[in-house]
This record gives sequence, structure tokens and C-alpha cells, in this order.
Amino acid sequence: METIVNKRPGTGQANLEVFSETLQKLAQFDKDIIVVTSDSRGSGKLVPFAEKFPKQIVEIGIAEQNLVGVAAGIASTGKKVFAVSPACFLTARSFEQIKNDVAYSDNPVNLIGISAGVSYGALGSTHHSLHDFAALRAVNNMIIVAPADNYETEQAITQAAALNQPIYLRFGKKNMPHLLPESNDFQFGKGRIIRNGADLTIIGTGETVHPALQAAERLQAEYGINATIVSMHTIKPLDYELIARLAESGKPILTVEEHSIFGGLGEACASFLMENNYRNPFKIMGIPDEYTVTGSQNDIFNHYGISESGILAAARKLVS
Amino acid sequence: MMTEKELQTKSIEYRKKILKYIYGAKAGHTGGSLSCVDILNVLYNTTMNVGPENIKSADRDRYVQSKGHCVEALFVVLADKGFFPETDLETLCKYKSHYIGHPTKKVNGVEQNTGALGHGLPLSVGMAISAKLDGKDYKVFTLLGDGELPEGSNWEAALTASHYKLDNLCAIIDHNKLQITGKTSDVCNTDPIDQKFESFGWSVKHVDGHDHLQLKAILASMPFEENKPSLIIAHTIKGKGVSYMEDQIKWHHGVPSEEEYTSALQELDHTLASL
Repeated sequence: METIVNKRPGTGQANLEVFSETLQKLAQFDKDIIVVTSDSRGSGKLVPFAEKFPKQIVEIGIAEQNLVGVAAGIASTGKKVFAVSPACFLTARSFEQIKNDVAYSDNPVNLIGISAGVSYGALGSTHHSLHDFAALRAVNNMIIVAPADNYETEQAITQAAALNQPIYLRFGKKNMPHLLPESNDFQFGKGRIIRNGADLTIIGTGETVHPALQAAERLQAEYGINATIVSMHTIKPLDYELIARLAESGKPILTVEEHSIFGGLGEACASFLMENNYRNPFKIMGIPDEYTVTGSQNDIFNHYGISESGILAAARKLVS
Repeated sequence: MMTEKELQTKSIEYRKKILKYIYGAKAGHTGGSLSCVDILNVLYNTTMNVGPENIKSADRDRYVQSKGHCVEALFVVLADKGFFPETDLETLCKYKSHYIGHPTKKVNGVEQNTGALGHGLPLSVGMAISAKLDGKDYKVFTLLGDGELPEGSNWEAALTASHYKLDNLCAIIDHNKLQITGKTSDVCNTDPIDQKFESFGWSVKHVDGHDHLQLKAILASMPFEENKPSLIIAHTIKGKGVSYMEDQIKWHHGVPSEEEYTSALQELDHTLASL
């Protein structure tokens, strides 16, 4: 299939929109693609999909446990099922269905967590998913992916449809600039180096990679600090080979994620580094263990330093 | 087609084997396995189009055991149908055996890994929806315990089943009226089950869950109504067939002693001789 999204110049679309467009492209040629929704076709940008492929969408209504159980039952008959629901509900309310009906029973459902992390902003903690990496990392037979830009999103959806394995993909709804002009290197389980630099490594995932890249440009321009930027789109299985390679120099490693600092990308990297005797200066950036500050996604990012200036400051401190 | 006496004979053989393997493993859900085994007997020997020869076929009928803990009944019936050698059951609940205390797909013939309650109906609804999407005419059967009815996911799936007019779906409730704590009506009263499901858009029938001919006839008559999912409330006795186990909570997951095991086999042999 022709890749087009990564060639569009300038500001990209929301990853959610790319998810929907990609799914429509796939469904044109594959009647086994079935979308299952929980009154979430609007927030999942799936209204055009429903109009074009009315026989390939199953509406469940607001009942997330049932959404995942039914999705698993459909997937067991050989269909390529995309179960779409806000990440906060999908990975908490339906956790047992994900654990048993999808992962343990090995029904290859593509679990699509929409408006993930703090994308819902001022709607508050009920609507935030800051636990999903942690919860699903502890579930055997589950791939966890948070694409950073439109290219990664398109590739993740296309490859997930062909994968035939339980997988969780989470998307935000902010427009995401393209990280690289031309790309053809997306593969689950393989982190992407977006920028090379010798002084430290910043490993981001999902919508945090972009502010990390912005911070890297300023680190170089203003302070002469050269940072490597990695989009670690696959949280599990984690790209240990790449982390080891980046850690060899002994230079600092900073991780950034739109997730609790507990149990996510940062701690996954930390445990690997500790167990393999790497002692690089190391810091985890994310949402701390407290009642999350209120405000928009940008407000929350700024408050906790998951922003160009916040990452810049943390990187400078870590390098010094 | 099997006669009533042949079905009755099979059920007694199944009961003896359930007790044999539970006694051997020193673990199992004795009472519930004995209450549901007549239903499984009739499903696998008269109703469903599924066997080792077509278990990979996309057109096979499906069975999902939501009350996964009564796996011993399922294993004994699947072994009898030739899905695996019965000697495999000697490893029941042993280190590294696939024959554990709940169904898993590692065992040939098992459709889904169950054990957590309230999961069988949503999974079955998904399979039934898929059949409708593909215009296939296979049927989906699922067995629920009455004690698992308070799980909310059952009621979510009950709504979906009637919303999508799943007349290719049949849920059977093994209504033995007991659960681990006591009477289901005392723990969390779900009566009247029939009216609840009817109000959710299901067509409901009651049956004596130990009467093979009644079970056979009612299963053959599904869908009970066009465009509606079917529910069978099978009235059963926990521990059925072994008089000292019948209707006793102790035997929810009680394991017989040597003396109790011998006495149970004698009683079942006596019943067999008097058929």
C-alpha cells in the first residue's frame, strides 16, 4: 500500500484521524476488517468509516467490558477486529476482558485506545489514561504501541492489521508534526532514532517525542548540547538492543512519556539498564503520583515539564 | 441418533469419570460438574455440529463454557468425543498439564479460555455476530452458572444479543440454585431470571436439566422465536446422581475420600443397572 501521510509537508493531522483514514484504506480491500465501537465512532473519527463500510462496523453502545468480550469473540472467527474506545475506559473498565479474552485466549484483537494520556485535558482524571502502559505491560501476550506522528500511526495500523496478534495502540488527538521528512523504517519493537547527538539520549513515546525534538534543537542552538532523540513507539516488547547501544557511551538518558512515572516507558528502561549494569545518569519524566493538575493537555504537559522548555531544563540538569 | 437409554447410560459413565479424575487430582468442582453434565451430553451427542473432524472448520457450531470451573464435565465429554485420549485426564491439575481447573484452548476442542465469570456470553455474542456478518448458519451455545448471573457483563451482552437479533445464539443456565456461599437466592437473588431475560428481548424456556429427551427437543427447537436469542433455564441439582452430594454446598468443590468415592461409584453402577 502506498504510504502518503509521511510525505505531507508542515503540520500533520491528529494521529486519530490518520488511524481512521488508514483503516478506511485497508477496509476497501479487506472485508474481514471489522470495527467495534462503544458509542465512540465520533470521538474515534470513524463516522466516514461507518458511512463507507456499514457492514464492517459493530456498535456495542457504552459497555466497554462487552465491547472487548464481543470483539474477542468476533476475532476468534478469523476477522481483523479493531475495538475502539477511549483509552481510559478501554484499559481500565475492560481490563479483565483484555487480560483473559484477548491476551490469554490469544484472540487477535487490535485494541485502539483513543484520546489517550491526558488528551481529554480538562475533562479530568476519569478521562485520563496514565495507567495503561503499566497495566498492560504486566499482561502476557500483549504488544503496546504509542505512535509519535502520522507516519508511525499509518504504519502501526497497517502492520497491526496484518499481524494477527493481540495489540494495544493508543492515540492522541493533537495535530502532530512529522518527525522526519521521509521514513520507511517503522517496525514494532524497534525504536526509531529521530535525531543523532553525542551528549545525551532522550527517549520519548507518543506525543512526547515532538517536544523532546524541539528541546533538542534548542539544546544545540543555545547550549551546544547534542541530544539523540528516540521515538520508542513500542513500549512492549521494548527495544533492548537499541537501549543498550545508546547506553554504551555512559552518557545521560532521559525518558519522557504521557503516563504515570510508575510502570511505564521510564521504569521499563530503568529495569533493563540496572539489570545489565548500565549506570548512566538517568531520569524519568512523566506524570507524578498525585492528583493530576487540571487544565488542557498543553497545560498539563507544561505543568509537569513534558514540554520543550521542561525537557530542555531536565536535559541540561542531567548533562551537568 | 442416540436413544434416551443410550444418553442416560452415557451420562452415568460421564459422572463416574468426573468423579474418577477429581478423586485422582484431589481437586475439582464436583457438584457443578455433576449438575451440568447431562446438558453437555445432549449438546455434544445430539445437537451440535462439532467434533474432532471439523474443529478447525469455520462452519462448526461453537460451545463456550462460561462456568469454566466445571471443566471436569467438559473434559470428560470432549475425551469421549475423541478430541484427545482420555488418559490425558490423568494429568488433571498436575504440573505443566494443559488439563487445569478451567478450560484452555491448549486442550483440543476448547473454544475459549474461561474461568473468570461473566465472560462466556460476550464471547459467544461476538461469535454469533460474526456468523451473521458472514451469512453463516452455525450456532453458538454457551453454558452459564446461575451464580455468575450478577456479573454485569452478562447483562451488557444480553442487550447486545437482542439488539443484533442473534437467533443463532443459545445460552443455557445451569440453574442448580447453589453457589459457594449458599443458595443463589440468598447470596444475590436473580429471580425471576426468565422475566429479566424476556424484558431484555430474549425468548426463554424452562427445562428439567437432567431429562435428556426434554433437553434434546428444546435444543432442536432453537431459535425459540425468530430474530431473538434463546435462553434455556435448565433446572438442575448440584451433585446430581450421587445422593449424598445432591443439593449440598459442601460438594461445590468438595473432593471425595476413598470411602466416599467407592460409595458414589456403587450408587452410579446401581443406577446404571436399573436403567
